[in-house]
Formats: sequence, structure tokens, C-alpha cells
Amino acid sequence: MLLVILEHEDGVLVEAAREALTFGRTLAEKMGEDLEAALIGSGEDSLVEAAGQYGAETVHVAAPVELTDYSPDAYGSIVAQMVESLEPDAVLACGSSRGNEVMAQAAARLDAPFVANSLDATPGDDWLITRVQWGGSLLEDVTLEADTPLLTCGLHSVASEPGDEQNPDVEEFDAELDASDLITMVKDRVVQEAGVTLPTAPVVCGGGRGVGSADGFGQLEELATLLGGRVGCSRAVTNLGWRPHSDQVGQTGTRIAPEIYIASGISGAIQHWVGAMASKHILAINTDREANMVVKADWAVIGDLHEVVPAIIEEVKRRKA
Amino acid sequence: MKILVCVKRVPAPGAKINVTADGSDVDAAHLGFTTSPHEECAVEGAVQLVEEHSGEVTVLTLGPGESEEQLRYAASVGAAHGVLVEVDGNGWDPQRTAAALTTAIEGIEAERGRFDLILFGNESADAGGFQVGVRVARALGRPMVQGIKGIEASGDGSGEGTITARREIDGGFEVYEIPRPAVLGVMEGLNLPRYPTMKGRLASKKIEIAKLAGHADEGGQSRITLHRPEEAVSETVILGTGAEAAAAVVDVLDELGVL
Ligand SMILES: Cc1cc2nc3c(=O)[nH]c(=O)nc-3n(C[C@H](O)[C@H](O)[C@H](O)COP(=O)(O)OP(=O)(O)OC[C@H]3O[C@@H](n4cnc5c(N)ncnc54)[C@H](O)[C@@H]3O)c2cc1C
Ligand SMILES: Nc1ncnc2c1ncn2[C@@H]1O[C@H](COP(=O)(O)O)[C@@H](O)[C@H]1O
Repeated sequence: MLLVILEHEDGVLVEAAREALTFGRTLAEKMGEDLEAALIGSGEDSLVEAAGQYGAETVHVAAPVELTDYSPDAYGSIVAQMVESLEPDAVLACGSSRGNEVMAQAAARLDAPFVANSLDATPGDDWLITRVQWGGSLLEDVTLEADTPLLTCGLHSVASEPGDEQNPDVEEFDAELDASDLITMVKDRVVQEAGVTLPTAPVVCGGGRGVGSADGFGQLEELATLLGGRVGCSRAVTNLGWRPHSDQVGQTGTRIAPEIYIASGISGAIQHWVGAMASKHILAINTDREANMVVKADWAVIGDLHEVVPAIIEEVKRRKA
Repeated sequence: MKILVCVKRVPAPGAKINVTADGSDVDAAHLGFTTSPHEECAVEGAVQLVEEHSGEVTVLTLGPGESEEQLRYAASVGAAHGVLVEVDGNGWDPQRTAAALTTAIEGIEAERGRFDLILFGNESADAGGFQVGVRVARALGRPMVQGIKGIEASGDGSGEGTITARREIDGGFEVYEIPRPAVLGVMEGLNLPRYPTMKGRLASKKIEIAKLAGHADEGGQSRITLHRPEEAVSETVILGTGAEAAAAVVDVLDELGVL
């Protein structure tokens, strides 16, 4: 049995969990095993149903009453307990921030290896896994020698797709937590912004060093607002203090996946590119025809962004009027 | 507060990362080296906490002898001590790295007392295993949270007190409150790291770097090769030059349905 750990938020399976189930279906098939899923912290019907839509035959629910929010220690402990008592042939989660953390916690408890951000896995005596290095700029082929392989699949490495719909059996999992597992439970949540956020925005207007100043971002803000999108930026820009780090796209920033990424004055260094490459379409605006961002884009405008962006804003306004 | 930061020496690649002909490693022949960005912020965060609450910062790395450069850089921006666990080759998978770091930390603490806080990067820039810090924390029996972009300490310098940490999530953040001694995996965005001053640079040349030999059993993950992902070659359509291209751009936006 392949056990997929499902991340959820407010009674909804997050996209990362749907990706994990999609990746898991293919993997379970290669293993010749069943696909089962685990929900930690809540076993709401909506979650079980969604897991079924993505092909899970059984859903194990571990929802101890004292676990009222996310806790890396408690979640990791529960996954480790599941490995010991359900004896899965392998365990998979999605390589989101939480997914990687929970699997690392479980692996540390089991003193077992854990392979983060896999793109492809071939089961065997030793597993053969292709995984992400350098945030996706490089790939690493590794062998994994483990009793129970523990792995995550790279975030956005597969497009989520519902499978053969199942009506899953729900199995309560009796997890034991001690006080030390609850020390790292989330104490408080602060909502900062409503509406579209960078990771989910349908349009991202990115600016790089070529924007020239913090003020220069005003035009990108205006364009983003007109298109119902968000502003993004490069690390050069955050290092210069022009934008907050929460706007940064790339290996050490946010991974975006908009319908279109409009990248102005960004050279497209590999560490920036890996954060932008899941965009469905890319339009680059750059003075340099040979810039990496231009070469890799679907469309480009060659020119000074300070002239091009205002002209686009005017044209959008004209057509919307 | 006594704070330990674990940093890793990594190549500083440019627009592309090249791999050696045998695929065993990054071709760093013409590259400089740096500290992973998350860990640079970890060092800065530690120095800021110590400036506010007194105490001192120690940096620890496991790597080749040249990693001394990264320890001295950390010293130039405020760290007081550097410890190098010297190893060669790249057979250092995450389990093995974590085991050797744990042994080193236990040794340092036996000599100089317990660290109130240990900071790691959320993930290393090169390997991106997302686990060395978590494993070390577990081996030391300390609470650990990843993904941290804000740290505050309460209490005095004596070791008692709590650490309040923020983790960014879509549209807001989570708050964690953990008693010391604690372990955090931090991310770039925690702060804007300072640049070394001339004085800092001079001082960093003088600090003593303690050197330990690394021993630990190999873990279950071993590298076969490194390679570059296949790139989809796209034929870029040039929509025009300068402001005159605006109409063509908006046509594209219209076609995609984002107008
Ligand atoms: C481990 C590691 C992690 C990293 N993580 C990230 C990350 O997460 N995100 C990230 O972005 N970077 C990251 N970097 C940094 C990355 O390598 C680059 O340094 C950075 O992306 C460059 O930013 P830029 O494109 O804005 O600047 P530059 O490379 O300086 O490019 C500026 C571009 O603007 C163009 N330009 C200038 N003026 C104009 C104008 N008037 N109109 C139009 N175009 C103009 C130029 O032709 C050029 O192409 C990382 C680096 C390392 C080592
Ligand atoms: N060789 C090393 N020396 C010191 N610290 C390390 C080393 N490798 C990893 N770390 C620390 O562990 C964190 C997570 O690494 P990783 O599990 O490789 O993603 C890094 O950000 C570093 O803080």
C-alpha cells in the first residue's frame, strides 16, 4: 500500500494534496499497490470525498482532540506511528512547506532516509529517484535504500487530475501524542491580506533591477491592479530594499503559476526562472534581446519598460472603457 | 542568549549551473562560493537577537577546509566563534550530515554550555533536502519549526524564556511560541543581511576556527548523477519594440482572457 499524506485547510484539500494524490496514483501503479490516504487533524466528509475523487481507496483519519491546529512535531509523530502500525510500502506527501517538514519530522523519528521533492520514482529493492536540487535548476538521480521509502513530490511537478472515483473506507487512526509533541502547535494565525496572493494570482507583473527604483514599481502596481493580479520581483530588487521579500519570485522566494507572468527588467537568472517556470505563459519586457528571460519567454517586447508599461496601461484602460 | 547557526558553503552560480563531465558534482571551477541565502539571513537574525538581548553567536559548518571562508564571513558580520567539521568528498547525505552536526553540537555544548537557540536554513541552496535541521533538533530532543520569517525572544539572557516565531502562509502568517532551547529553520526575508564593515572584516581574520574531524555512518540516500533538466525550447515571438508594441501585448492578454 502507498500512503499519501494529505494537506488541508478549512475543510478543503489544498492543491499540493491533489498533486500528491495524482503523483501517488502513478507511483502506486508502478508499485502494484493500492493507494490509501491519511488525513491528520480533521476527517471532514468534504476531505474524504475529495480524496476519493483522486483515487484513494481508504482514508486513515488521525484527529486527536488535543490537536487543534498544525504542529510539525505532532504531525511528524503521527506519520511515524502510521508507518509503524499500518506498515505502508511507501509514504508520499507533496513538497510544500508543510509536506517537507512533516516528512522530515517523521523520518527523524524513524531514523530513516527521506527524499524531498522527487519528480520521478522507480520502485525496487533500492528505489531510483530523480529529485530537485538548486530549487529545480538541477536534477539529482539518487538511490534510496530504506525499509519504507519516505518521499515528497516536487510542488507543481505534476498537474493535479482527478482519477477513478472511489468511495473510500474511513479508518480511524488512534494516534498517541505526548505534551512535547504539542509544543510546536500553531499558537495564533494572522490574516494579512484578503484577495489574490502571489502564489495564486492569475496575472503576475514582475519587476527586476531594470525598474530602477522603489517608485518605479508604481506602474507595475497599476498594471497588476487593472488585470486583477499581483506584483512580483527579483532578488536584486528585494536586496535593494525596493520591495518586501514576500514579493520575491524564485528559488528562495515564491513559486508562481499564473496564467501569464509579465516580467519587466528581469534578466531571468536560473534562480529566478525556477520560481517562474510554472507560469502558463510568459511575456518579457527588456532592453536586451538576448536576456535569458526574453529567450525563454513566449512573447517579448524589446524596449525600455518605463515606456512600454505605461503604454500597455493606457491600452488596457482604453479597451476596458 | 547563546545562539548557534549552521551554515553551508555552496557555489555561487550565474545564469546557468554546469555539472562536471562525470555528473558527480556542480562544476565550480570558475565559480565563487557563498553561504546559502536562507542561512545568511539566519546569521543576521542571530546577530540581531544578540545585539538586543546580549550573548554571542557561534557558526558551525560541515564541509571541506575552504568552508572556513564562510565562517569568517559570518564573523565579519558579527559571529564570535566558528567551528568547522572537516570532511571531504560529497558522500554526505542528509542523515550523515545531521549525525555529524549533532555530535559536534553536543561536543560544543559540553564545553561551553547549552545554546538557547539553534538556527538552520529552511533548506540548503544546493541539496535542498529540507531535513538536516529537523533531524538535528530531533536528535537533541528540542522543538523545531521550519519556514520561519520572523523571530522575537522574550526573557533575559539567562536561558529562560520563549521564542516567538512567524511563518508565512498564503495571505498571512502562523505564530509559534516555543520555550528555549529551541531550533528554527529560517528563510530569506527574515531580514536584510548587513554587509561587513572594514572593522568587521579585520576582526574576522583574527577569530579562531575550531576544527573537528567528521565521522558518521552513511545514510540511505546516495547520489548517482547530477544533470540539468530538459528545457522546453520556446520560439519567442517578439511583439514589437518600445511603446508601439502595447496594442499587440493587450491582444495577447485579451486572448488569454485576463483582461
Ligand atoms: C542560492 C541563490 C538563490 C537565489 N534566489 C533567487 C530568487 O529566489 N529570486 C531571484 O530573482 N533571484 C535569486 N537569486 C539571484 C539571481 O541569481 C540574480 O542575481 C537575480 O535574479 C537578478 O535580478 P534581476 O534580473 O532583477 O537583475 P539583473 O540580472 O541585473 O537584470 C536586470 C535586467 O533588466 C534589464 N533592464 C535594465 N534596464 C531596463 C529598462 N529600462 N527596461 C527594460 N529592461 C531593462 C536588463 O537588460 C537586465 O536583463 C539567487 C541567487 C542564489 C545564489
Ligand atoms: N554541511 C552542512 N554544514 C552545516 N549546516 C548544514 C550543512 N548541510 C545542511 N546544513 C543546514 O541544514 C539546513 C537544511 O539543509 P538541507 O537538509 O540540506 O536542506 C541548511 O539550511 C543548513 O542550515
